[in-house]
Amino acid sequence: MTEPTTAPGPLWQGYAAPGWDEMLGPDEPRAGCAGVVDYLERLGDELVDRQAAAEAAVASMGISFTVYAEKGNIDRAWPFDVIPRVIDLHEWQRVSEGLIQRLQALNLFIGDLYGDAKVLADGVVPAEIVLGSPNHRPECIGVTPPHGTWAHISGSDLVRGADGVFRVLEDNLRVPSGVAYMLENRQISKRVFADAFRSLDILPVDGYPTALQQMLASLTPRPGEMPVIAVLTPGIYNSAYFEHAFLASQMGALLVEGGDLVVGDDDVCRVRTVGGLVRVDVIYRRVDDLFLDPEVFRADSMLGVPGLMRAWRKGNVALANAPGAGVADDKVVYAYVPELIRYYLGEEPKLASVPTYVCLDDEQRRYVLDHLSELVVKPANESGGTGIYIGTYATAEETDEIRRAVEAEPRNWIAQPVIELSTAPTLCDDVPAPRHIDLRPFILSGERPYVTNGGLTRVALREGSLVVNSSQGGGSKDTWIIDPDVPQLSAAARQVQGGGA
Amino acid sequence: MTDVLEPAEKDAPEKEEPAPILLPPAMLLSRVAEHVYWAGRYLERAEGTARLVKTHTELFVDLPRSVGIGWAPLLAVTGSQEAFDSGYDKVTEDDVVAFLLAEPSNQGSVATCIEQARENLRVTRGLLPRRMWEVANETRQWVHVSAVAGCARGSRMMWTEEVIRRCLTVGGTAASTMSRDLTYAFLEVGRLVERADMTSRVLDVQAGILMTSGDDLPRAYRDLTWMAMLRSVGGEQMYRRQMGGVISAPATIQFLLRDTAFPRSVDHCLTWVANLLIGIPNSSAALAACHDAQRLLLSVWPSELDLDGIHQCVDDLQLAFGRLHDELAASYFPEPAADSAPA
Repeated sequence: MTEPTTAPGPLWQGYAAPGWDEMLGPDEPRAGCAGVVDYLERLGDELVDRQAAAEAAVASMGISFTVYAEKGNIDRAWPFDVIPRVIDLHEWQRVSEGLIQRLQALNLFIGDLYGDAKVLADGVVPAEIVLGSPNHRPECIGVTPPHGTWAHISGSDLVRGADGVFRVLEDNLRVPSGVAYMLENRQISKRVFADAFRSLDILPVDGYPTALQQMLASLTPRPGEMPVIAVLTPGIYNSAYFEHAFLASQMGALLVEGGDLVVGDDDVCRVRTVGGLVRVDVIYRRVDDLFLDPEVFRADSMLGVPGLMRAWRKGNVALANAPGAGVADDKVVYAYVPELIRYYLGEEPKLASVPTYVCLDDEQRRYVLDHLSELVVKPANESGGTGIYIGTYATAEETDEIRRAVEAEPRNWIAQPVIELSTAPTLCDDVPAPRHIDLRPFILSGERPYVTNGGLTRVALREGSLVVNSSQGGGSKDTWIIDPDVPQLSAAARQVQGGGA
Repeated sequence: MTDVLEPAEKDAPEKEEPAPILLPPAMLLSRVAEHVYWAGRYLERAEGTARLVKTHTELFVDLPRSVGIGWAPLLAVTGSQEAFDSGYDKVTEDDVVAFLLAEPSNQGSVATCIEQARENLRVTRGLLPRRMWEVANETRQWVHVSAVAGCARGSRMMWTEEVIRRCLTVGGTAASTMSRDLTYAFLEVGRLVERADMTSRVLDVQAGILMTSGDDLPRAYRDLTWMAMLRSVGGEQMYRRQMGGVISAPATIQFLLRDTAFPRSVDHCLTWVANLLIGIPNSSAALAACHDAQRLLLSVWPSELDLDGIHQCVDDLQLAFGRLHDELAASYFPEPAADSAPA
């Protein structure tokens, strides 16, 4: 496709990226990357020792994730690649602005849907797409949550194709996970690359728990009193339990399970403590809508709290994210987000998205069915990479199958061109090799928006693979936002300075 | 009680507590309280069992073969005779030691206790100092790979010593870095209840051996055995300082049951449990159970205890510890059927 990138120094001998590489451009390191390339070059063979040190740190810190399929060993060590992924600060600032803009529009959209639904009356989005979405919750109509915010915490997946442009691949507005791993990745790389953190100016990421705590506190129905904040987890067997515990601990919040909470006839939510029942003001819930309240949604849910929706509708407890927010991360709605930005904000989108064909539309569906071999076809409401058809890899049977599925239920499918994800150097068999990556930054929406400095970089560890999900063999990297204009002191220069002092 | 579906019944207990104003950091979920308490008990049990095996091995090597103390007493102390018998035919050193240190199916083995302590800490890791979790997590990994090899006589001393050292690190981290809040109180109550239980069992079983075989045993060996008993609760040095170096039966019994300064004496453990309970809300029932156990201690006269007296005393104590645990569970821990009305 593209000419292989050439790179300076023996460490990079034989390193040839198939498309856009995040670290090495065709002739020189990408913006912001020179210092890191130089640093890794100096490490040379020691890089392998650092990888071993990182793996030891993961084991001793007990950083784990859960794999459901593996009975017995539910707790798996977090796969971490020691070579950081670098993003130029200026570029990151533009991306952040684009993410904030996007979330503003999406929150206005959700509030509109559960309010006057002007967007449907004005024909910006076809009503059947929204009302037919399994994530549209009539129970939310008429509710006005604090700040008008529904998706308080979101994680949008960003990818970069061969053209080097960052694009939003999807928005996760329900219970996005991964932020704890972003924070832990930084802890690990600080342990093993302490010298790099001295010689390079890398933006810190640790502000997130405080920002999250402040955003959640601002939702309290009892302003002026110290809010009681709880993180509601499905429990220890959930794949993201580590993260739930981590965030609760970092915020000084209670980590609760459904059985710990009770909602009385007064529609107030309380938690069972050794001192008796204590009122809860804000719940950061990591339980899906449908399991939240057996009185309203699935009656067989053991994870939820009977009466929680009553308490929320009365405004006695804040829920983040608000129930029903998932209506806007439907992959069909995704196709309309640029329009929604123009409709609600009167601005052009600052962040690109991936061209998307809505199969519900007759014309677009015909195009999709005629071009299946070159498209990715995705179900509208699945997560974790399940149910995705990739035309370039599919067999004839799979193609027939997807054709029938799309024809049977066009509402449930969208299609996008195949994006050749960018690569980043990843340590494979002790040498850096290009592996495909994506990026999940986290955006907080409340009184003030907040975007993480970078995010969680996920990497497909298998050569050529585009699947980065940790449940399917993906790993992760620390993400370094670096200002290319700040002169980066080389380690040698630092030493000289230090020696003279 | 009555039908939990009856709304009036269900709502009555859900009224907010009127008086106590708890700051969020001091708030502790009932479910979490139980996990922290068990983490404390399992850590203490792992340390106690490791020390027990270590001292018994030392004593075994020191005593003449003719005395033949054997390995059954260790099963008696740990209350695991029955569990052992169901898996093994004969009481041999190798099997007893493997059963107590490494056997994953033995609920009281060091390996299981470390595993359980780690599981309970995992659930509550956000509340405890990070280092505590890290040490417990590393210890579990280490025990996992080393326990079987650690049972051999040649490596047993080092291995048990390492277990003790690691458990002490976890405890020391808690002691030096945890705020004295409810979380700490439940961790500590768990450790103290377990410790009092272990000390009383050691006394019961070892005293039994000594008093039955005492007459056949030369004086020098008898002292050695009393010393081993003190060592198995880590108390020899403190005893010598307190009692002026002379080892005697009544003084040892007094020391293990009633000494007010030694942190592993039953009296000291109970005093601290009571002190901690005073700071926990709604503790009157548990406190009463603790006071009952303390009264029991005061009702015996160690210097006049014979073998039967010790047995009786320890039996009564064990029942009292059981009641104390039950009261804690009833007052603070979630009911087994979590979804019914709160108690």
